[in-house]
Amino acid sequence: MLAYLVKRVFQAIAVMLVISLVGFAIQDNLGDPLRELVGQSVSEEVRQELRDELGLNDSFLKQYTRFLGNALQGDLGTSYFFKEPALDVILKKLPATLELVLGATLIIVGLSVPLGVYTAIKPNTILSRLIMGISIVGISIPVFLTAILMIFVFSVEFGWLPSYGRGDVVTVFGHWDTNFATLDGWAHILLPSLALASIMLPLFVRLIRAEMMEVLQSEYVKYAKAKGIRPFRIYFVHALKNTLLPVITVGGVQIGTMVAYTILTETVFQWPGMGFMFLEAVNRVDTPLIVAYLIVVGFIFVLTNTVVDLIYGLVNPTVNLARMGA
Amino acid sequence: MSLLSVRDLTVKFAMRDNTVTALDNISFDLAKGERLGIVGESGAGKSITGFALMNLLSRPGFIDNGKILFEGEDIANMSDAQMRGIRGNRMAMIFQDPMVTLNPVLTIGQQMVETLMAHRKLSKAEAEQIAVVKLREVYIPSPEERLAQYPHELSGGMRQRIIIAMALLLDPELIIADEPTTALDVTIQADIMELLLELCQSNKVGLILITHDLGVVSQMTERTLVMYAGKIIEAGRTREIINDPQHPYTQGLINALPQQTKPGMRLKQIPGNMPSLTAIPAGCPFSPRCEYVRDHCRTTRPEPVQYAHVEVACHEVNRLHRENSEEQSA
Amino acid sequence: MSMTTNAAEASRWSRIWDSNMAYSFRRNPVAVVSLAIFAFITVMSLLAPLIAPFDPYDPAQIDIMNSEYPPVWVDGSDPQFMFGTDDQGRDLWSTILYGTRLSLLIGLCAVALQAFLGISIGLIAGYVGGRLDSLLMRMADIQLSFSTLMVAIIFLAVTQAMFGSETFNQYAVYFLIAVIGVAEWPQYARTVRATVLAEKKKEYVDSARVLGFGPLRIMVRHILPNSLSPIFVISTVQVANAIISEASLSFLGLGMPPSQPSLGSLISSGFDYIFSGSWWITAIPGVVLVVLVLVINLLGDWMRDVLNPKLYKG
Repeated sequence: MLAYLVKRVFQAIAVMLVISLVGFAIQDNLGDPLRELVGQSVSEEVRQELRDELGLNDSFLKQYTRFLGNALQGDLGTSYFFKEPALDVILKKLPATLELVLGATLIIVGLSVPLGVYTAIKPNTILSRLIMGISIVGISIPVFLTAILMIFVFSVEFGWLPSYGRGDVVTVFGHWDTNFATLDGWAHILLPSLALASIMLPLFVRLIRAEMMEVLQSEYVKYAKAKGIRPFRIYFVHALKNTLLPVITVGGVQIGTMVAYTILTETVFQWPGMGFMFLEAVNRVDTPLIVAYLIVVGFIFVLTNTVVDLIYGLVNPTVNLARMGA
Repeated sequence: MSLLSVRDLTVKFAMRDNTVTALDNISFDLAKGERLGIVGESGAGKSITGFALMNLLSRPGFIDNGKILFEGEDIANMSDAQMRGIRGNRMAMIFQDPMVTLNPVLTIGQQMVETLMAHRKLSKAEAEQIAVVKLREVYIPSPEERLAQYPHELSGGMRQRIIIAMALLLDPELIIADEPTTALDVTIQADIMELLLELCQSNKVGLILITHDLGVVSQMTERTLVMYAGKIIEAGRTREIINDPQHPYTQGLINALPQQTKPGMRLKQIPGNMPSLTAIPAGCPFSPRCEYVRDHCRTTRPEPVQYAHVEVACHEVNRLHRENSEEQSA
Repeated sequence: MSMTTNAAEASRWSRIWDSNMAYSFRRNPVAVVSLAIFAFITVMSLLAPLIAPFDPYDPAQIDIMNSEYPPVWVDGSDPQFMFGTDDQGRDLWSTILYGTRLSLLIGLCAVALQAFLGISIGLIAGYVGGRLDSLLMRMADIQLSFSTLMVAIIFLAVTQAMFGSETFNQYAVYFLIAVIGVAEWPQYARTVRATVLAEKKKEYVDSARVLGFGPLRIMVRHILPNSLSPIFVISTVQVANAIISEASLSFLGLGMPPSQPSLGSLISSGFDYIFSGSWWITAIPGVVLVVLVLVINLLGDWMRDVLNPKLYKG
């Protein structure tokens, strides 16, 4: 168990190192820190002096080690635009994005399991066909189009729900702004979460259905029937447990994908999160912020994948973590 | 009254635009505590018979016609709930491959307890006690510890013993064992069969043993059905069938056994293959492979007739017998 | 020996093709309609220069005064613009034709690149095995654990910031194909590798080796045909995904520029106008995009049902 954990953590660290290398390469090549510091009107001599002072003339390795050392201490540079530490800027936007992901995850988890199980158990009912039909339309509509459609219907046409921003947020635990404390906050997060969930939900319904149908064909399900076990127990104990194991693995990857999709939803709903900020940073060529975003998002990906792998190992009795560590 | 009485059982499979007959008018009886072997090549319909008896045919298969009377009640027309009360309780099944029969994510204990609790009002602790007793009966060492283990932690032979113990949990009247040792190592096959025989005898449980192995049938069962292309072609006491088979197919099967051949001689094979269910010949299904075939064999289906001590479906059984005895006397 | 198995393989393939696939296609109206629509969209977009009443790339044909005319069935329209005009005064119908062409081109080329990389890597990993195999597959795992869209967004954002919009816009098609193509190779690699591992054990590969065929020939002539059905199924899904990815990237301003719009960039430019009532600039290309992706997905679903390939599962 411990050996597996160590191995998995080492792999995570290796991936983070690669990401940091990419981040450093971007910082090294994109934009000119001197211009940001002193502007254009400084003589070449002063520039060279400054370059030396900032260590910009050091060897690649030396500069990278310095970058890495700073990053480990949480220093990812200072945003050109906000004139604040880049990491702080991002961490301020993080709650908005994570709450969006959380909202979408709740919708996905809450709906995909019952819908997937139902369509697997009763594949030929009208309702099942309807669900499967909607799901294939669902995966065929890009997130941003769903978002636009929702705004058009619920905000522009009916005026029921707000189309942009976070609305009333309440600060909890010191600096976490939450949408889930006020009615206005709920109203604001509903459409973006739905839009974000719109492509993942059908994907999961289809995945759960396919896995479940395969499991229902298995010998052990037939055997359970031959033992006279009730269908409810066969579906929800024998089959569902085996169905969800592969779904966990996919789910881990999809959480990461959802972070990517937040960029789209945040753009459409002008949701003040990391993704929205990132696109602004790109337009302003705010290199430290771009690099900081890359590293934070990379970290989220690596973290969720590692955690999901470990959870999978713990939940699945046939995976022997002790042996996998060897 | 016999324990099980199957009458004209016909099972079909729904195909793209037609149906295929997998079991064709099967009839047989099983007395209480009797052990019956069903032999035949793969695809002859043995396993389908087993699943049909449990009313567990999965789509596209379905019972088209016939009766399966289990202690006088017709299984073929039972509701799901009624059938559930019988499965695992009065009639248990042992599957072919113990590696895939047990649910990988549930412990042995959970899978045994759920079976007991599905049919009896028992507490979990009481159910576990019964499970331990049954595991001990199949010679599982330290059975209490097994309850907490998952299937993958146990060997194939051990798993099949557990499955036998599960079959006996509720003291059923009938056990259907579908090739219970084919998936196991040769070295433990005999052990498992011996155990099964011992338990059936001591508990007076009826057994339907589905196998392709005539040797196993001769050791385990009192009566035998020989199946070919979805039909019973010969039925009778196992001893008679092994010693004096009447149907050319059964004779071919027995002649193909290594015991029947002198060392150094080639094993005798039946030429050709069993027809697929979609292309069963019009007359006797065995006619294309039969060395005694006559014209009417190809056009008229033979009905089972009593001959010597067995029931056999062959037009030429008289001539066959005559020729054989001439051969022997010559 | 290998000749006979080969012939058996070949006839097995033609049998599947002739009977099962064709039969199920004829019997499945959804598949027939989907293929018809897909063919229609493809042909229309290929013939864009012939059919389109205007050339959206020719500034001489664009008049800003014509901007935001609604489609002909709405009041205040101009009959020469069937689906109305966009914010720059371009004929929407012509722009959609050209845009669809771009979206399809990028989607197909990106998937061709994915397939090429993935199949090559999968064949090599499966055939060579050992350390190289585990290294490549570990790379595939890691690559897959990052969302393609995320990688693409960051790559394109940095490229755009680095080269400036002008240069970026000029080469946007190639950047899009490259990034979508490179990011998804593991999908193919894993499935192909699994087939190679399964096929490698079989007799005919041994006999081919005994007959002295080189590894390349064995892989391409003998093993690859066995992975065709999963490759088909993956490819349809991947084309649909690639078109969605391209549209999403263009929507974010990281793909095709407004001067040379794909469906995604058209929708994006129209998004600013939906609040002012010019819904058609977003809606009509949106419908085209969804229909295109939907029919590809429906075809993919049908193909998965018919071919029922063993797809790699993690």
